[in-house]
Amino acid sequence: MLQAERRTLHGGVCDGCNQPKIWQDSNKGKMQKARVLVIDDESAIRKFLRSSLPREQFEVDEASTGREGITKAALHPPDIVLLDLGLPDMDGLEVASEIRQWSQVPIIVVSARFQDSDKISVLDAGADDYLTKPFSVGELMARIRVAIRHSKKEDQSESPLFEYQGVKVDFVARMVWKDGVEIHLTPNEYSLLSVLIRHAGRVLTHRQLLERVWGDTYSNEVQYLRVYMRQLRNKLEENSATPKLILTEPGVGYRLKVD
Amino acid sequence: MERERPDPDQLLRQMGSDSGRGRMKVFLGASAGVGKTFAMLSEAHEQLERGVDIVIGYVETHGRAETQALVDGIESIPLQTLVYKGVKLKEFDLDAARRRKPAIIIIDELPHTNAPGSRHPKRWQDIEELLACGISVYTAVNIQHIESLGDIVAQITGVMVRETVPDAFLEKADDVELIDIPPEELRQRLREGKVYVPDRIDVALDGFFKKQNLLALRELALRRAADQVEAETLCFREGKGAAWATRERVLVCIAPNRLGEKVVKTAARLGTSVHAELFALFVESDRQIARLEEDRERVEEALRMAERLGMETARRAGRDIVAEILAFAQSRNITLIIVGKPIKQRWKEILYGSVVDELVRRSGDISVHVLTSEEPSKFRRPKIAIQPVKNKDYAWAVAGAFMGTVLCLFVQGHLPSENFVAIYLLAIAYVGSKAAPQASFVCCLLSVAAYDFFFVSPIHTFNVGDARYIPTFAVMLVVALLISNLTLRMRKQAELASSRERRTAALYDLTRELSRSKNKDEIASATVRRLQSELNVDGAVLIAKGKFRLTPLARSRSHFEDEVKEQSVAQWVFDNGKAAGAGTDTLPSALGTYFPLSSDRGILGVLAVKSIYHGEAVEIAQHPVLQTFATSMTLALERATLAKESHEAKLAAESERVRSALLGSVSHDIRTPLTVIRGAAAAIAAGDDGARALAESIVEQSDRLNRHVRNLLDLARLESGSMEPKWEWHAAEELVGNALSRTRSVLSTRQVSTEISPNVPLVKADGYLVELALSNLLENAAKYTPIDSPIELKVLQELGQLRFMVMDRGPGIPESVREKLFDSFNQERRDSGGFGLGLSIANSAMKVQGGSASMTDRPEGGSIFSLVLPVNETPPEVPEG
Repeated sequence: MLQAERRTLHGGVCDGCNQPKIWQDSNKGKMQKARVLVIDDESAIRKFLRSSLPREQFEVDEASTGREGITKAALHPPDIVLLDLGLPDMDGLEVASEIRQWSQVPIIVVSARFQDSDKISVLDAGADDYLTKPFSVGELMARIRVAIRHSKKEDQSESPLFEYQGVKVDFVARMVWKDGVEIHLTPNEYSLLSVLIRHAGRVLTHRQLLERVWGDTYSNEVQYLRVYMRQLRNKLEENSATPKLILTEPGVGYRLKVD
Repeated sequence: MERERPDPDQLLRQMGSDSGRGRMKVFLGASAGVGKTFAMLSEAHEQLERGVDIVIGYVETHGRAETQALVDGIESIPLQTLVYKGVKLKEFDLDAARRRKPAIIIIDELPHTNAPGSRHPKRWQDIEELLACGISVYTAVNIQHIESLGDIVAQITGVMVRETVPDAFLEKADDVELIDIPPEELRQRLREGKVYVPDRIDVALDGFFKKQNLLALRELALRRAADQVEAETLCFREGKGAAWATRERVLVCIAPNRLGEKVVKTAARLGTSVHAELFALFVESDRQIARLEEDRERVEEALRMAERLGMETARRAGRDIVAEILAFAQSRNITLIIVGKPIKQRWKEILYGSVVDELVRRSGDISVHVLTSEEPSKFRRPKIAIQPVKNKDYAWAVAGAFMGTVLCLFVQGHLPSENFVAIYLLAIAYVGSKAAPQASFVCCLLSVAAYDFFFVSPIHTFNVGDARYIPTFAVMLVVALLISNLTLRMRKQAELASSRERRTAALYDLTRELSRSKNKDEIASATVRRLQSELNVDGAVLIAKGKFRLTPLARSRSHFEDEVKEQSVAQWVFDNGKAAGAGTDTLPSALGTYFPLSSDRGILGVLAVKSIYHGEAVEIAQHPVLQTFATSMTLALERATLAKESHEAKLAAESERVRSALLGSVSHDIRTPLTVIRGAAAAIAAGDDGARALAESIVEQSDRLNRHVRNLLDLARLESGSMEPKWEWHAAEELVGNALSRTRSVLSTRQVSTEISPNVPLVKADGYLVELALSNLLENAAKYTPIDSPIELKVLQELGQLRFMVMDRGPGIPESVREKLFDSFNQERRDSGGFGLGLSIANSAMKVQGGSASMTDRPEGGSIFSLVLPVNETPPEVPEG
């Protein structure tokens, strides 16, 4: 998938002031690079990432062990961390939770592990997103964009309007349109949709969604999500089996597509 | 006798080569005092000078100074002290000798009987064990202690020798050295006090050491030694054959009487002198039903002796003793049958016929040798087995006589009094059939008295007025005895038959149960259970785990085999492969009896048995059936081991096949994309113009590689058998959606339509597995159908199940491969050019969840691949809002 060139950014979230700096940089030619810390014991992967992340946009720092990664993250705070789970000295999960104790830096897990439980636990431990090896540079860039955008947005006030793929949401009026037609959403449907939009582009685990919409005591009621996602998709998607807006991350959770 | 002294170096060489068994040199003398010990020790000193590792295990110097002088200077193994009934006994220490393990050990007094509590009852058994573990032995024996010569010696000297050595053991001697001095010289030595301490000399000179005794014994010894030389010459002449040149095959028939042992001994002597092969046979017939326990033991003793004398022993059972004997003789090519002369009285012989007569008549070309018995009448045995008489029996007797009298009084006046005798006889007969013989005898006496008192004039007195009644009384008595004897015999017969039947049934049941048992534990516990229920025997099956340690595989509750002493017996049996313990010749003081479980592959373990009654050993009579139990169990254990091994071999072969099939598939499916990637990358590196197209093909092949690796990982997880489905509620369209997005890259060029029946409820499944199965069907459809043909995906809610269908317009599946289409990779080798791993993964993934995968033809052309997921639960309520 050679989609790295596709750089159109849809949606109104970042209209105006909040463009992530990498796009500002590339668009305006300013040389303010994003610091990327790659924590991976495979030198081949580190080399690949260093050579494929555009040099004019990224400054790549490397660590081959978890301990070294944590130290580097503390000494030279990066803008984003790319973290492998299978490290020689400690588990990537521990690295993520240790960094999370003192930093809100976006962490993207890059791992060859394919078991859902690994993904879920690292996401619940505070990682922002994950990518399974092998991945394309395009995918990686997209995830990095989303993660950095969210990290910069955390301290900004939310945009009152969202629009993507014919779906428009007005957070102030609490109204939703699909292709210009107003759609009625139940309170839970609306709440679910707004959580997804607030974290647009990022994966949200079942637990995270359930806790944010229904509350902490419902964190295991996955069937709630299944039923409400079906309702939401029926109202917002053309074909709920091939969703364009609300994507399923099998075994992990859901993600609102923005690219 | 002058024989070449063996060269010690040669001796050592032979020791090394001769299958690890030690060599035995026997110093044979005509009587005590000839100088055996002296000769033995002299030779030991010679060996010592040549550097041979020789030690003394046991030497009896009898206080002789010159002998004592020779003992000094040779290393001795200290004797062990055993305490028996408060008396301290010094005995040869077998274990110390085994630990010391010299090249040669000297053990005097071969016929010695060990103190109770020793491992073996006899010293020659100790020596046998030493030989078996590779230690050579010098030992000494006098001619009168040779078992088969015992009777002759007794005849010559009038002294019955108790301590004997089996001939078969002496046959094993590699060298025999005769220590011979003329009788007069021996008597002179005796007088000089060189043989016994002085105070016993006079008694000895007049008794055992009489000149004619010594002459006879010397002759015996010389003849014996000559026999040995002849056997060796024969052996030498005939090359490496057996030491016995088999000319005659002699069968000894053992009768259940005192003659048994004598017959066996005579046969052994005869057999040795003519170099015959010897067999001993006992035929149990129903004619001998009323046999006494004593007789049985005599038979067992005779058979054991036969075994000790090196004969092959056998038991047969049958109505016709002679026919059994002849059948056995024919089966073993017997040339000579030896039987004892019957000890029945003449009139009995005429009445019942004689086995010997019949045997002589029917034996055909087999010679029959009948041995005399000197004192037949001495061995007469009681005719009737004495049974304990209980009060109940006397009650029967009184009641019988009383009822007879009452009946007679009742019919008195109606019938003539002659009939009363018949009535009494009836009563006596009835009592005889119900109670012990003594009871019918008592009943008879009472009846006679009552008849006399009530019906014989003068009435109401015990006088007999008429002499004609005397014979009547006599007849009544005889009839009573005959009837009760017959009844007893019948009852014995029935008992014997039923006990034999029980034994057979027990064996049959055991065999049947063993054949059903699948593993060693089942076999062992079945045996222990049967021993207890059928034979009243506590058993334990001990199997070697690891190197030497015997551990119980199954055992009864008594755990008698746990005691240290019992354990050591079991270990001995395991090490030596011979039965031991109570009732045997080895370690008879043990409580349990131990049978080795010996198979072709060696000793598997030990069967330990004891009576279920506290502190009692099993009866000797039970040994044969227990031996059979042990054999049956050994066979079953071997069968189980073989079955296990063949199963494992099959599994190994199967996994080997799967491995090679997988490797083939992996190498093809991984190398192909790698080749493309490598080539394309190299071309880009070399500055090829079409870099973009090359890069695209790299991406494409990487995806292919990735898909294949994922398949392999999925397969490994599924086939490991440890896959536990992760049950969760799922929405059908989400499962379909995920499968579609998984296969996006292969389906990107295809037209795919989905149709999901509305309101399909949530379904409980492992989402990952359903998506895996579905995406494999989709991938297959994309791979094997024309690129422009549509693929349809349908989800149908059916009764109790949910069906996912992938429908294509492809060429269909040929009949020949359909059957194995979904087979596991384990069962059908697939080339990647065929149907890949996809369908077997789909099938496995569904099966794990209790569902299935199948394929049908599509009526309008193409195929339908279906996945069926069972729906067993209604989804939980989800609150609206």
